[in-house]
Amino acid sequence: MIELKGLRIEVPGFSVQDVDLTVEKGEFFTLLGPTGAGKTLILEAISGLAPVSKGRIILEGRDVTRLSPEDRGIGIVYQDYALFPHLSVMENITYGLRYHRQDPDRSRKRVQDLMAQTGVEPLAHRSIQNLSGGEKQRVALVRSLAVNPSVLLLDEPLSALDPNFREEVREVVKGLHEELEITCLMVTHDFAEALFLGERTAILNEGRLEQVGPVEEVFARPATPFAARFVGVKNVFPAVFEGGRAVVHDLRLDLETAPEPGKGHVAIRGEDIGLRREEISYDRANIFPGRIMGAADRGNGYEISVKTGKVIFKAMVERGKLFDMGLQKRKKVWIHLPPPAIRVL
Amino acid sequence: MDMGKRPDLFRWLTVFSGSVILAFILLPLLEMMAQPSFEGLWQTLNQGNVRRAIWLSLYASGLAALISFVVGTPFAYLIARKNFLGKRFVESVVDLPIMIPHPVVGIAILSLAGRGHWLGQVMQDLGIRIMGSVTGIVVVLTFVGIPFYINSAKTGFESVPDRLEKVSRSLGASMSGTFLRITLPLAWRSLLAGMIMCMARAISEFGAVVIVAYHPMTAPVLIYERFTAYGLDYSQPVAVWLIVVSLLLFLLLRIISLPGRAKA
Repeated sequence: MIELKGLRIEVPGFSVQDVDLTVEKGEFFTLLGPTGAGKTLILEAISGLAPVSKGRIILEGRDVTRLSPEDRGIGIVYQDYALFPHLSVMENITYGLRYHRQDPDRSRKRVQDLMAQTGVEPLAHRSIQNLSGGEKQRVALVRSLAVNPSVLLLDEPLSALDPNFREEVREVVKGLHEELEITCLMVTHDFAEALFLGERTAILNEGRLEQVGPVEEVFARPATPFAARFVGVKNVFPAVFEGGRAVVHDLRLDLETAPEPGKGHVAIRGEDIGLRREEISYDRANIFPGRIMGAADRGNGYEISVKTGKVIFKAMVERGKLFDMGLQKRKKVWIHLPPPAIRVL
Repeated sequence: MDMGKRPDLFRWLTVFSGSVILAFILLPLLEMMAQPSFEGLWQTLNQGNVRRAIWLSLYASGLAALISFVVGTPFAYLIARKNFLGKRFVESVVDLPIMIPHPVVGIAILSLAGRGHWLGQVMQDLGIRIMGSVTGIVVVLTFVGIPFYINSAKTGFESVPDRLEKVSRSLGASMSGTFLRITLPLAWRSLLAGMIMCMARAISEFGAVVIVAYHPMTAPVLIYERFTAYGLDYSQPVAVWLIVVSLLLFLLLRIISLPGRAKA
């Protein structure tokens, strides 16, 4: 279990502020955020490699805030593998064993099991230089787990890998976590990785936590404008509220319920926006005429930009529909923003 | 393509300037090596004071390199790894001995070691003599050589990613354990290269040595003395031997520090 209490980390030009976070024992937690949000800094603070200026770090009930990195019992795996280039695969894996008083038979068994499970056995006597990215990361995983850490920290372990290795290593990470029931904290900027691996997640922005919760929950109900954009909501606008309505520039949007005070944004997913070529009756809520400004291929569909008054919405349509409906640039369309799909932030 | 075939003036200029520079460096050296007769060389080597002077030069500069290694390694590691207030200033101070005129180095060291200074007084009470002693020579050679060691060692340490050290710490190794098992094995070539540079610089030192210790004579001082007293013919063979011995030594050290096949 990892507990961060009021954690503050200050490095020149950047700081992580007041982070409170609990990762349960055996949980796979992902810390999400863009580059420069302070994710790696938090991992390095937990492992004792970055200075903590305030707050406490508690691992398995033990306050480790002032302990040296070597006394914390933490495994860390980096994006760039950080394998020792002058040592062989086996020497890398067994590097830490001498510092941990364990029954030699048990640690040998542990290393053998880990190597078998991750498929690095055939590589044991190879030198680091001749390994593929996927192999390197599997060796790094085994090395960090060989010393039986209480917590495994993963710093974008998949980012440097090309796509087929990424999938392979992702499966290995998932398998190891399930097999060893070890507490994992992974930082990533890729929401898809969090969806695949993480049970709960936290979104970090400029050194502050924006939202913490189960991955599906954060995906479905982002709590802040930043979190909304981060999980892929394309339409996030500042708004003022008048009773049960939101005013976005010159548009008045009907809401399902009147918002609580203190909110300042509305958000709607592109998938939830309806597009029509012919006029629909105006008695349904939130139907506005607009003009198509452009379309972009997003792989699973097209993202259509529609200008309505002064606001540009981005609506997602399926591939076939683009042609069926004749959604070409400069064409007039009606857009429908169903009130239940509008989130107030 | 037509353009590639046009005579390229700049390329000829680079080749020309390269040849001029090589000739400028090599011609005087080769000429000096070629002029003494084989007999003269042999006779010179049989003279006790020549052998003593060359040995003293090698011994004192080797010691300077060792001292630089022992004292300079932790310091080089510090400036490679840490950012602190005044780091630029500290680095400039380390480079000072490279810029100061050589006789000034000798005079500066004597001002501290002389009887007029309390440190000189303390050293005299302890029986340490700088003026005209091997100790003095080693001090001077360390002074002029240590910047070369520290800069090379610093570059070596900087080339070891600090992530490797972080991982080592997380696996349970202490700071010193990490240094010995990770940093040193990955940076030792730079340390050795730094020692070679330091020693090479020390062997060639004349101006500072001649002020602190005319006797016992190092090879450059002996060469200078023979040149002023007897002329070119008499000083050349000593110079040749100094160059030959130094070249052999540095060649050997370079071979040791070459990257092996496995690490290439």
